[in-house]
Amino acid sequence: MIDHSLKKTQMAVQPPEERCKNFREVALGYTEEQARAEAARCLGCKNRPCTDGCPVGVDIRGFIAHIKEGNYGEAYEVISRTSLLPAVCGRVCPQEKQCEGKCVRGIKGEPVGIGRLERFAADFHAKTATKLPEAPEKNGKRVAVIGSGPAGLACAGELARRGYDVTVFEALHVAGGVLVYGIPEFRLPKEIVARSIEELEALGVHIVTDAVAGKSFTLGELREAGFGAVFLGTGAGLPKFMGIKGENAKGVFSANEYLTRVNLMKAYEEGSETPVFRAKRVAVVGGGNVAMDAARTARRLGAEVTVVYRRSRAELPAREEEAAHAEEEGVLFRLLANPKEILTDGEDNVIGMKCVEMELGEPDASGRRRPREKAGSEFVLGTDCVIMALGTSPNPLLKRATAGLETGERGEIVADEDGRTSLEGVFAGGDAVTGSATVILAMGAGKRAAAAIDEYLKN
Amino acid sequence: MFRILKKQKLNDSVIRMEIEAPFAARRAEPGQFVILRADERGERIPLTIAGYDRERGTVEIVFQVVGGATMCLGAREEGESIPDLVGPLGVPTALEGLKKVAVIGGGVGCAIALPVARKLQKLGASVTSIVGFRSRGLVILEEEFCACSDRFFLMTDDGSYGEKGNVCAPLGRLLQTETFDEVIAIGPLVMMKFVAAATRPYAIKTVASMNPIMIDGTGMCGCCRLTVGGETKFACVDGPDFDAHLVDFDEAIRRSRTYTAFESRKREEHCNLFRK
Repeated sequence: MIDHSLKKTQMAVQPPEERCKNFREVALGYTEEQARAEAARCLGCKNRPCTDGCPVGVDIRGFIAHIKEGNYGEAYEVISRTSLLPAVCGRVCPQEKQCEGKCVRGIKGEPVGIGRLERFAADFHAKTATKLPEAPEKNGKRVAVIGSGPAGLACAGELARRGYDVTVFEALHVAGGVLVYGIPEFRLPKEIVARSIEELEALGVHIVTDAVAGKSFTLGELREAGFGAVFLGTGAGLPKFMGIKGENAKGVFSANEYLTRVNLMKAYEEGSETPVFRAKRVAVVGGGNVAMDAARTARRLGAEVTVVYRRSRAELPAREEEAAHAEEEGVLFRLLANPKEILTDGEDNVIGMKCVEMELGEPDASGRRRPREKAGSEFVLGTDCVIMALGTSPNPLLKRATAGLETGERGEIVADEDGRTSLEGVFAGGDAVTGSATVILAMGAGKRAAAAIDEYLKN
Repeated sequence: MFRILKKQKLNDSVIRMEIEAPFAARRAEPGQFVILRADERGERIPLTIAGYDRERGTVEIVFQVVGGATMCLGAREEGESIPDLVGPLGVPTALEGLKKVAVIGGGVGCAIALPVARKLQKLGASVTSIVGFRSRGLVILEEEFCACSDRFFLMTDDGSYGEKGNVCAPLGRLLQTETFDEVIAIGPLVMMKFVAAATRPYAIKTVASMNPIMIDGTGMCGCCRLTVGGETKFACVDGPDFDAHLVDFDEAIRRSRTYTAFESRKREEHCNLFRK
């Protein structure tokens, strides 16, 4: 029986007034009944538009059919055939632009809650699984993966399944990349990331933390050490700043720094050894998912938070759900405004931010209407702290240490569809190639590169 | 895990440790740094490499116990291990081709200046070392500096040992009659600022080793940014060495105080813990 209701089955969330005071997960997930009810909304379309919308091509119709029948374990099996991190993707994928964006049910009413169902299947598996996956027989060929973010993990997992002996090198002291330092606990509990990595290790993947490619070792040394191929999943870690006056004042941070202190170093916990700047008023500059994460984090640390974004609400690059959650939690939005200068006192403490109002002109190359300053509209936003969430670019560290690795204008590694770079046997994918994008696109790139590496090492 | 092979107190608050870290030791060069954590919940502490032994696979660090994190590290004993040590990070100090150099060290910074002086001597350069401390009890590495320097000046602020005054006094005297290919200053920000001011009129290339607050050390957080010649630079990947005549030291000093209140609170907490 197909359920014809136009709306998704609701998922319980922590009430805004409660959750803005804690770091626990906001969305609580479906119960079995809710999952089955939502699964019943799936039409099981033969042409599978949803799967076409998925960067890793999950058999969505297939896994939802299992949930419908109450076979949750099988549902998980179906997803994990193509996706390595279902618990992560079910939470952080922009489904509205991918699978759900293509769902036939979305033509009239809301699409099937594919992300929620994926999360349900993954969480059910985590709760009930009694053993970790078994490592397939090794083929004796070694591959090095640089970076343990979504691209690296996906590539490593895919190669391990194909029998390769994979070692992942991570610069930080914990594996997971942006999943652990960037995305906050309340959106993606770190326990989930840790479990996903444990499963990878069970597949035979070695993870070496505290190892910076280009510093601790070079790519050449890896090849000499017997790694037949290398995958670069080094991400886009370099934060952008605006270059305005006052930007190096004491209370100005990149979103990366602010989030790393809180997420990776657990600065929100009582007794943490790592400090985080506690301000009464925080201004977050930018409108992407990272800006929302920073704003909601600052809110949880007790600040009055204003997001300053130069376009209007409609152009906000953040996922609608994230922006709505931020609003519910009391984050204020100062739209169509752009910072001009950060104002400081004699001790270089932030006391405010001079902004100018913007209006939207003609569409630019990205198709979004280009913002331009409104003459004479300058105003001062009172604030003690500014967080710059303007996007990131690929880290130049590896490039500087690797002769012959071709990079583009913004430092992005030049690679083809399958991740082949200018260097023989060196592949790349994820944000390191595209600039800052999404978890799932990086995973897709990691997977494609794994197939290409397999091909390369077979010949 | 990274084992502490040797621990030695250089003075009341400065500790030297030799740590087993073959990965970092393999490629370490003077001027580079490592980031380590003293325990599983610990903060990431950036420390410039004070020495390394490639054969034994060890790096040496020298640090002053100033806040909670360094206090935890200082509490670790010989034979114990720390969970994390990553490096070498940053760009090595460029020493090739230098013939006559003044190496200036201040306080615990002397520990980092020492490998620079040693390497210069090895490269055949004439090395003038000038080191400064607040008072006699804080003097470290005197013999080691003597051994690798052609000329050696030791200053104390209060005159309790060596010559009374700061490092700029002998530097200023020398500059009146001679010149250097380069002056390398490693120590407190204020000291480096004054060394830069002393050499500026003579247009002698002067290098400062910056050690701002950091988290990842790979260019990811931007916490260590500083203004050099009007441009924002990241000390962790662009440095830590910069042209001292171009560094905005006043800004760096202000930024270094971002977490002062937190640090002193942590120190108090830890002191209380250790007292129990």
